[in-house]
Amino acid sequence: MSVAAAIKAGDASLLPGKRDEDWRWTDLRGLIRQIPAPSPEGRPWSWDSPLANALDSVSTVANGRGATDLEVLAGETKTVGWRFLSSAEAGSHNAELWVSVGEGATLTLVESYEAAEGGYLANTSINVRLAKGARMERVVFAQDDAEGVNIVDASIELAADAVYGQTVLTNGARRQRIETRVTHPGAHAQLRLDGAYLLGGQRNADLTTVVEHQGLDGATSQLTKGVVRDQSRGVFQGRIVVAEGADRTDARMGHHALILSDKAEIDAKPELLIFADDVQCAHGNTVGALDEDALFYAEQRGMPADLARALLTQAFVGEVIERIEHEAVREAAQAWAASRLEL
Amino acid sequence: MLSISNLHAEVDGNEILKGLNLEVPAGEVHAIMGPNGAGKSTLSYVLTGREGYEVTQGTATLDGEDLLALDPAERAAKGLFLSFQYPLEIPGVPALTFIRTAMNAQRKARGEPEVTAPEFLKLAKATAASLRIDFDMLKRALNVGFSGGEKKRMEIFQMAMLSPRFLILDETDSGLDIDALKIVADGVNAMRAPNRAMLVITHYQRLLDYIKPDRVHVLSAGRIVASGGPELALELEREGYDKYARAA
Repeated sequence: MSVAAAIKAGDASLLPGKRDEDWRWTDLRGLIRQIPAPSPEGRPWSWDSPLANALDSVSTVANGRGATDLEVLAGETKTVGWRFLSSAEAGSHNAELWVSVGEGATLTLVESYEAAEGGYLANTSINVRLAKGARMERVVFAQDDAEGVNIVDASIELAADAVYGQTVLTNGARRQRIETRVTHPGAHAQLRLDGAYLLGGQRNADLTTVVEHQGLDGATSQLTKGVVRDQSRGVFQGRIVVAEGADRTDARMGHHALILSDKAEIDAKPELLIFADDVQCAHGNTVGALDEDALFYAEQRGMPADLARALLTQAFVGEVIERIEHEAVREAAQAWAASRLEL
Repeated sequence: MLSISNLHAEVDGNEILKGLNLEVPAGEVHAIMGPNGAGKSTLSYVLTGREGYEVTQGTATLDGEDLLALDPAERAAKGLFLSFQYPLEIPGVPALTFIRTAMNAQRKARGEPEVTAPEFLKLAKATAASLRIDFDMLKRALNVGFSGGEKKRMEIFQMAMLSPRFLILDETDSGLDIDALKIVADGVNAMRAPNRAMLVITHYQRLLDYIKPDRVHVLSAGRIVASGGPELALELEREGYDKYARAA
């Protein structure tokens, strides 16, 4: 049962829903009675991003069409942009892509999800394989329409000594889920898995991650931050599994959210499942309002309340964005967050 | 300059200030001393407009302008500055960004043009040097991981940068060793000016060896119960607050 299968078959009963434990907060079956008609070919538009000319190459997948796989050969370095567009005529569409990063190669992948208007059901599956000592940084800008439904799932497989970093930035959609599953071999591979959701109106976003540590000496560092306003809803599900024998695993997970309206909602489920003896694992999960003391402090220095709130909110999210390594991408992410927070 | 008359204020329904009267003329430094729980910090929060500090009676004006009708940012733009007893940590906001944002917000409120980046940097460098603050520290998130003394020094730095007309120093000496105390006091003394006044709130006399007050007031149970010259602070240091606690 998957979104891809439901779209292919045009059968809404195949969608995951609240009876599936992992989907209980993103109930697609309850939301979508009928799968929209298959999307026609979509006409792409130009990329309104400071990154448009800062990457080695940019390719576009419009309404699920035009996907090409990406291979970075051993020792190569590439920066690549992938745009996934849902055009105004879009109904439902799927795309599936493969990425392979060769031994000692380095890839920076920027994904941008964009839509002309709502009413679409989009699904994208990405399969990533990192060879020994490969490095990859993936930054996702999910900029859906308020009426769109977008599901992105990525499966990441790491080899020994690989370094993988990921940051998902989203402002949500009618329903949206960005899921990442990582198979972690231990073996001094390093994983960073971050996210930030900045939601307003009636938007929803679901950031779900599953990491399976399968061998000795693996590290995972995860930081997700969220800001919800109006009647929006954020979902964070983070699971880290440390298999038997995956000793000397070092795994840290943090999820921290600000609720800026009493009608907004956060659902969080951090899970550490540890079957090994000698591990260092920690998780922290906080949901709250902006610190009133800090707000007063900023106001006393002369910032009107709205400005003080915006500054502190941006700073709250800034901690996630600062962890993006690629400088131009980090700057684009900062600009993206500032515009979403209306600074 | 600052004029407070019959000020009553409560926190959570408990009356803390019970008819406080105080005049601080321009060019003067006044100290407020008092035992714990007398209402010293409440006074600083009421004057700066903190939420939860409810004024039920009385007036407070700065150069004739009603402070109590303004929100905290408007009061700051009028030139009121509070050096906090416990300065807040602001994760994710470099000190320079924080101060520049505050400075420009104040300027905007006063209808003045924004400070340009080169002007701001020049001022920040000169001010940091005078307070012996490492400039790199100003690029770090404000007060995050700073020691107690560093935080207090950052308060004085912000004060010098924002150049307020009326300064309230709330227990500025707490957490300072003697060397830091001297630097902070020098910074405060450098701001003495004929068109500026200060209210120094302190539990101990020690700070007043370095920041010499023109007048000393004893605050006890929400009222000023005695006023005098600098010698009053020395008397309090010798004899304690007992006499005044009884008088209240």
